[in-house]
Parts: sequence; C-alpha cells; structure tokens
Amino acid sequence: MAEPSIIVVGAGPAGFRAAQTLADAGLRPIVMDEARRAGGQIYRRQPEGFTRSHQDLYGTEANRARSVHDGFDALLPHIDYRSDTLVWHLSDGQAWTLGPDGHRSTPYDALLLCTGATDRVMPVKGWHHAGTYSLGAAQIALKAQACAIGSRVVFLGSGPLLYLVAAQYAKAGANVAAVLDTSPFSARIAALPNLLCQPAVLWNGIALTRDIKKAGIPVLYGVTPVEVVGNPETGVGSLRFRASDGTEQDIDCDAIGMGHHLRPEAQLADLARCDFAFEALTRQWLPVQDSDGRSSVDGVYLAGDGARISGARSAEVSGRLAALAVLKDLGFPVDSADLTHLRSAKARYGRFARGLAQAFPWPSEQAKALPDETIVCRCEAVTAGTLRETVREAGAREANRAKALSRVGMGRCQGRYCGLAAAEIIAAEAGVPLESVGRLRNAAPVKPIAIGTARTSGE
Amino acid sequence: MSGRFVRLAEMDRKPLTFLVDGAPVDALEGDTLMVAILTSSRRLRDSEFGDGARSGFCLMAACQDCWVWTSDGDKLRACSTFARAGLEISRRAPEATWPNLP
Ligand code: FES
Repeated sequence: MAEPSIIVVGAGPAGFRAAQTLADAGLRPIVMDEARRAGGQIYRRQPEGFTRSHQDLYGTEANRARSVHDGFDALLPHIDYRSDTLVWHLSDGQAWTLGPDGHRSTPYDALLLCTGATDRVMPVKGWHHAGTYSLGAAQIALKAQACAIGSRVVFLGSGPLLYLVAAQYAKAGANVAAVLDTSPFSARIAALPNLLCQPAVLWNGIALTRDIKKAGIPVLYGVTPVEVVGNPETGVGSLRFRASDGTEQDIDCDAIGMGHHLRPEAQLADLARCDFAFEALTRQWLPVQDSDGRSSVDGVYLAGDGARISGARSAEVSGRLAALAVLKDLGFPVDSADLTHLRSAKARYGRFARGLAQAFPWPSEQAKALPDETIVCRCEAVTAGTLRETVREAGAREANRAKALSRVGMGRCQGRYCGLAAAEIIAAEAGVPLESVGRLRNAAPVKPIAIGTARTSGE
Repeated sequence: MSGRFVRLAEMDRKPLTFLVDGAPVDALEGDTLMVAILTSSRRLRDSEFGDGARSGFCLMAACQDCWVWTSDGDKLRACSTFARAGLEISRRAPEATWPNLP
C-alpha cells in the first residue's frame, strides 16, 4: 500500500508528540498549524530577536518547553510541516486550508486533531470595555511581546491559569492590583483527593500562590464580580465585586485579565461529524473518545486540550497515545507495554483534571444573575436581556434556535467566548437543564478566511 | 499620549515607524500591530455597534476583535500581524466599494 496520508492539526505539545511518534514509525505526517512557529499556546515562542531565556518565559516548565521546541526542530526533516496554515473545513476526507500558498485541500487517511484550547469566560457587566482581556491574552502579551496588558491589572476568574499569569506578571515587574478568584477556598479542599495524584503539579500551584502573596498582591477567594466599571471612550476604570463576606468593593485598574479555566477548540471535531457528549462536571459538550483518543468517526483521532482540558503535560501523553492508535489501526506493530504505560499516565492526568474542575468550578449561577443590560456577546453586542426575551417570546429553548433569533454566537468569534454563558442564560430562563439546551453547532469556515489574505504575518 | 500596554523588557530591538490613520506610530521590530498601537494609544478600534472603544480580547487569533485594514483594503488581525516599516494601517473598515450599477 502507498504510504498513508496522515494529517496532524496543531503543533503544540500534543501535535508535536503525535507527529514524533508517527515519524519514529517511519511515516511522514503532515503537520498543519495556524501559528507561525510551533509550540502551541502554553509553550508559545517569542519572536526572533527577543532574548529572554526559557527559564524567564516558562518558569518551572522551562525544560518541558525546551524539549518540545528542540524536539520539534529536530523533527522538521521527517515531517511535512505547514505553518501559518488554517484548517478551516473538513469534508469528503479532505482538509481545506488557507496558508502562505493560498487555498489548498489535502486528502487524509487519518486525521489527528490536536487543536488546543481557548479561555472559558463568564461575562461580567461591562466586560466589553477596552482593556478587558482573556487570561490567555494577558499571558501572551507578556510571553510573546514582553508587555503587560495595563499599568494596573486585576486578574479575575478561576483556574490554574489565573495564578500562573498573575505570578508571571508579578515576576516580570508588572503592577498587579489583585487576584480575585470566584471559586471558594473550600472547593480546593474538597478536590484534594484527586489533585494529590499529581503532587508535583499541585505543589507548583501552591508555590505560585505563595509567590503572588509574597509580592504583596491581595488574593481573594469566593468573589462575585459585579461590574467592569468603565467608559466607552477610555475603557476599563475599575472592577466592582462582592467579597465573600458580602461587602461590595471597587478596585481601580486599567486592565482586567479574566477567565475560568479553558474550553476545548473542538470545531474541527464537529465538522468531522464526531459525536459529542455532555459532561456534567464541567458543564460542557465534549467530543466522545475512547481511552486512546479514537473519536466516534473512523480515521479521526483526538488528543490534548482540544479533546479534554488536562494541561500540557497530559497533552504530550495523549498525543503519543493517539498516534499509537493511528499506527495500530493502520496495521503497524505497536508495543503493548507502551500502550499500557501511556493509558495509565493519561488516566492519572484525567483524574487530576477532574480535581481542577472541582477546585475551580465554572460559576454557572453568575450567568443567571447577569443584569439584562449586560452585553453577553461582545461581537454583536447581544445583551442578556435580548437572550432572555428570545426564550420568552419565541420559545427558543435550544441554543441554535436562540442563536439564529438573537445572533448570539454568530459574530466574529463564532461563539467561542459567549457560547457557554449564553447556553446557561437560555437554560435558566427556560427553566430547563443545561444539557437540554443543546450545543452551538459549528459551521465552516471555523474562522473568517477573508482575514490575512495579504499574508503579511511573519514576514 | 499614554498607551494601554506597558513594555516590561526586550526594549533593545530595532525601532521602526509605520502609519496608523495617517499618523506615524513608533514600534520595535518583532512588535505585533496590536502592541505597537496599544503602547502609544488606549484604543485599537471602535465597536461597530456603538458600545465604544475596543482593544482586542484574546491575542491568539480566536476572537477577531482586533481587525484593522491595510491601505489596499486587506483585513488584518492586529494581534497576529507584525509591524513593518512603511505599513499604512487604517483602524476603520474601508467603505464598501460596490461597482456603480447602471
Ligand atoms: S485579539 Fe482576538 S483575534 Fe486578535
């Protein structure tokens, strides 16, 4: 048989390990990545000409970041690497791409989706004001551009990234006004049994909080955000919130980095017609997979945070495992000891991820409490009130119908940043469980493709 | 004018200048358009829905809140496009140029 065509989408830790495993077996996978340089988001590289060390950029994960970067560079002669390439559709066994050489379609026998994650964000009244960013954005500004997002920054939300970014800002000399965690401290205690299965990672997390407090930055738990107080012209001016003791407070700031852990970028799995299932713990729809990363569709495999939010270390493991599944299904010999080892590592990371989800819960009750005038969809300025009206008047108890009627999820970001909150608002207004609202379906292109046709990026 | 983003390191890079809405903006080689613009200004663009200034949101090419335009009318994401000397950027969408109908 001719050499099978295997496409790996994404060149973060999962995509890298998947491609490496395939290359080790003598295959030459095609690696398509939207970014100009491989590494993914958490191990994102700074541009050429920047001089900070791996230690400066990645802290405790410096060695892992270096091994991903160096490993990928060493892999280049053995793979067909297409950087700066957006996979915007999948159909008829082909990946449709837009890259430096324009539009292309590439047929595949096996497709490994290692598409990573974006921030999961719960809107706050006033979050449309300029100066509000996702936590991931705050981190990229620092890591890739050596900038802080403002001269006085509040970090708001929950999840490991909240503490990681705040600690990185403090270390880099940025002015951090406060870290406001919406999760109660008690949730962390309840999550301990699961978190203890990765003691080193847990310890890193504890050390980050200690560093933040040592830098004199207040860290508050069990916070309820009330409003990003701002001005349409000048942007963010302060953050109003309710502390755990019920008192309302204002913190002056000109920038806010916010997010509640992450959500998988699963659009391509959807376009590949993979089945999705509702996960009650994270209140999200996730693509169905078996222990090794096989999706419900023959020839389509899932790995990394794009399948389940489990972090970069776990992504390296699930990337290798999914590649072994590809090899096995294509009839290549696979060492069963490797499989067993990787499966148990993946299961351990999965348990830790469940611990994180317990420790830093998605504050769904905040969606219900959002005042009607809150802009939920920043792209099309759709308010919570409009969404509720759609439910009341049109009986739009299903996300896609409400989407059509209110245009929520139809703007520039295609629902990435408002979809989960909008579903919570619809469910609450309709008085039905979240899972019965359904999920926003994804349509091609997964991102606007008129963008960047000039391809000036990276020159 | 004071900016939104604050530079913390890597300031020894080569300076360059490009135009935003006809006015020169100073940048460093390796800056994205977004960083170049927001280190000297507080807004990147105006929301087309009248709710005020916007300055991007995700910085990872996912939200599309950072579109700007070249003088040729090409749409760019400010967060994932590098600044280059001589570039002419407009923060406002070019008027739709429909052919005149008979
Ligand atoms: S800021 Fe989100 S795409 Fe540029």
